[in-house]
Amino acid sequence: MSQTLRIGGAVGAGLRRAMEDDPKVILMGEDVGKLGGVFRVTDGLQKDFGEDRVIDTPLAESGILGTAIGLAIRGWRPVCEIQFNGFVYPAFDQIVCQLAKMHYRSQGTVPLPIVVRIPCGGGIGAVEHHSESPEAYFAHTAGLKVVSCSNSHDAYWMIQQAIASDDPVIFFEPLRRYQEKGEVDTSGDLSQAYPLFSTKVEREGDDATVVAWGSMVKVAHDAATAAAEEGRSLEVVNLRTLSPLDMEPVYASVRKTGRMVVVHEAPSNVGIGAEIAARVTQDCFYSLESPVLRVTGYDTPYPAARLEEEYLPDLDRVLDAVDRTFGY
Amino acid sequence: MVNGDQNRAGPKKKAARGRKKPAAAATGPVDMVQLLTPEGERVSHPEYDVDLSDQQYRDLYRDMVIVRRLDAEGTALQRQGQLGIWASLLGQEAAQIGSGRALAKQDMVFPTYREHGVLWTRDIDPIMPFGLFRGIDLGGWDSRKYRFQMYTIVIGAQSLHATGYAMGITKDGKVGGDDGEAVIAYFGDGASSQGDVNESFVWASVYNAPVVFFCQNNQYAISEPVIRQAKAPLYKRADGFGFPGVRVDGNDVLATLAVTTRAMDNARHGNGPTFIEAYTYRMGAHTTTDDPTRYRDSGEVEAWRAKDPVSRMRTFLERQSIADTDYFDGIDAEAQQHALDLRERVIALPDPEPGAIFDHVYSGGSPLVEREREEFQAYHASFEGSEH
Repeated sequence: MSQTLRIGGAVGAGLRRAMEDDPKVILMGEDVGKLGGVFRVTDGLQKDFGEDRVIDTPLAESGILGTAIGLAIRGWRPVCEIQFNGFVYPAFDQIVCQLAKMHYRSQGTVPLPIVVRIPCGGGIGAVEHHSESPEAYFAHTAGLKVVSCSNSHDAYWMIQQAIASDDPVIFFEPLRRYQEKGEVDTSGDLSQAYPLFSTKVEREGDDATVVAWGSMVKVAHDAATAAAEEGRSLEVVNLRTLSPLDMEPVYASVRKTGRMVVVHEAPSNVGIGAEIAARVTQDCFYSLESPVLRVTGYDTPYPAARLEEEYLPDLDRVLDAVDRTFGY
Repeated sequence: MVNGDQNRAGPKKKAARGRKKPAAAATGPVDMVQLLTPEGERVSHPEYDVDLSDQQYRDLYRDMVIVRRLDAEGTALQRQGQLGIWASLLGQEAAQIGSGRALAKQDMVFPTYREHGVLWTRDIDPIMPFGLFRGIDLGGWDSRKYRFQMYTIVIGAQSLHATGYAMGITKDGKVGGDDGEAVIAYFGDGASSQGDVNESFVWASVYNAPVVFFCQNNQYAISEPVIRQAKAPLYKRADGFGFPGVRVDGNDVLATLAVTTRAMDNARHGNGPTFIEAYTYRMGAHTTTDDPTRYRDSGEVEAWRAKDPVSRMRTFLERQSIADTDYFDGIDAEAQQHALDLRERVIALPDPEPGAIFDHVYSGGSPLVEREREEFQAYHASFEGSEH
């Protein structure tokens, strides 16, 4: 069974199905109830599941995460919404010191099946703190799993898989793509869905590999389409999982193409692209025809909205980097 | 020991504090629930009382003597190199035993790292937290089984966990009767400044969560006196959040028992949170790494020694002929035995296997962690048979 859903709507549909399947799943966040979230991802859920399961919280992110941890210890499965990427920092201690470490500290006796949903990235002309890509902070923290969806089908299934995970999952949603439509195959169940912590080659090619996640996957596809017109065949790898990384499909691709460009919105310095480059260098050293190159946001604070098109990686910057991999 | 009636609590004590200290300035004369004076005199309070048998009085005394003795063993073990660090509860026995003994079996405790006395009241083997302080584990235990959560190091973080857990009790429909469940969150005066503690007050209030916030105001956050945390008495804060706040003499085991019992019962019956400020004093150092002589004088410590929670209870038991010298000697001997037993077992605690580094990072496993485990094992295996 297939239906056309916007990415935001697909997350909402996935949340709805998870709540139907498991009465312990609850949603918590600012404005997630009556308003349905500022992006309407949770639209209609409070009406259908009640205020006990779709909780409009006080406006304090550490409180959202901290109480979610208590609820999870009690046996609930909270899904927390952080309204915007740059608002997650007040919850940082609860995420990296408490959420990430409880299972380890407790020697496996206290799992925390909590999902933290965060709209990620820029491109919507917002004021500051609304356009950030904080995924590296969380991928750096042992005990957390970090994933990033980029299309409607993945959004629908990945959110359900994240909720079913007994480990805490930081779930990044591509903010600027919320309104983009896509086909979602809703048939089957979680066990048949593409595995959550698995990377996927979405477009096959021979000349160079472009790795991306979240909002940048579309940029990578657009670049591959444009490159094809110029006679160059790019392989597009949608990373999907940022922690743990699923490197085998990446290695296989690089061994085939010999060239790789990693694209992400977050700044380059100590970013996830650096980790991927290091691992590819270690495991595919003799296959590489050029260094791994990165196309990323700049190592500046996220700029004012009228400058963000300059800041964000786009098709031209990706193609420019691909060209440079052929210059070695 | 307590000197008798000529040395009553109240304004006279102020002179004994010697040099003017900010800790004293933070706390003007306020309404403090007290049922047992520092001199061991049983007094009444218009709202709170306890109705205990002689045996129950003796048991409270016994609890305090034993946890004090075990705590001293913790300090000694650290000094002898058997522990990396120890956080002493010395002086706070009444606050911990009184509140701990107020809990019902079904209640849940969210402690800091100093709640060894509360742990004792949950009938948990006192050795349990020693793995943390010896550095052989991170203080992990099955917190749901013991109904006593793991010690939390980050100041105040557990207050939110407690509140969330309490919200979960409400969602489970487990409030409203005598068999209802409630939660107690422990923290100190320093934590009262943390955002998490204040956020937990907001959450507990607006969701009417069955949680009691038990703040042991021991006057110091390491070196900083409570005046650095609050200009107004801490218990008054609750009013602004919309639930009751009570200050109780934290060195009075009867008063802490009475006040906590009432607060927990209110919570379990669905009447929402209470903030309890147990006014006490950290007689020892913050931890074994601390040197309190750098920030407080002996006069202040001596003034608080006169309010000692254990000796005032002993005086009471003696005066009321509830216990005699033989009894006290017997308890001391029992405490000594507990301490020696603890000592032996702590020293015998084995170091963890090196590979334990990689255990339990994730519930569902991680290819990265497993790869590093394999590399680690291969690295160590490469030395087998060689001198190293």
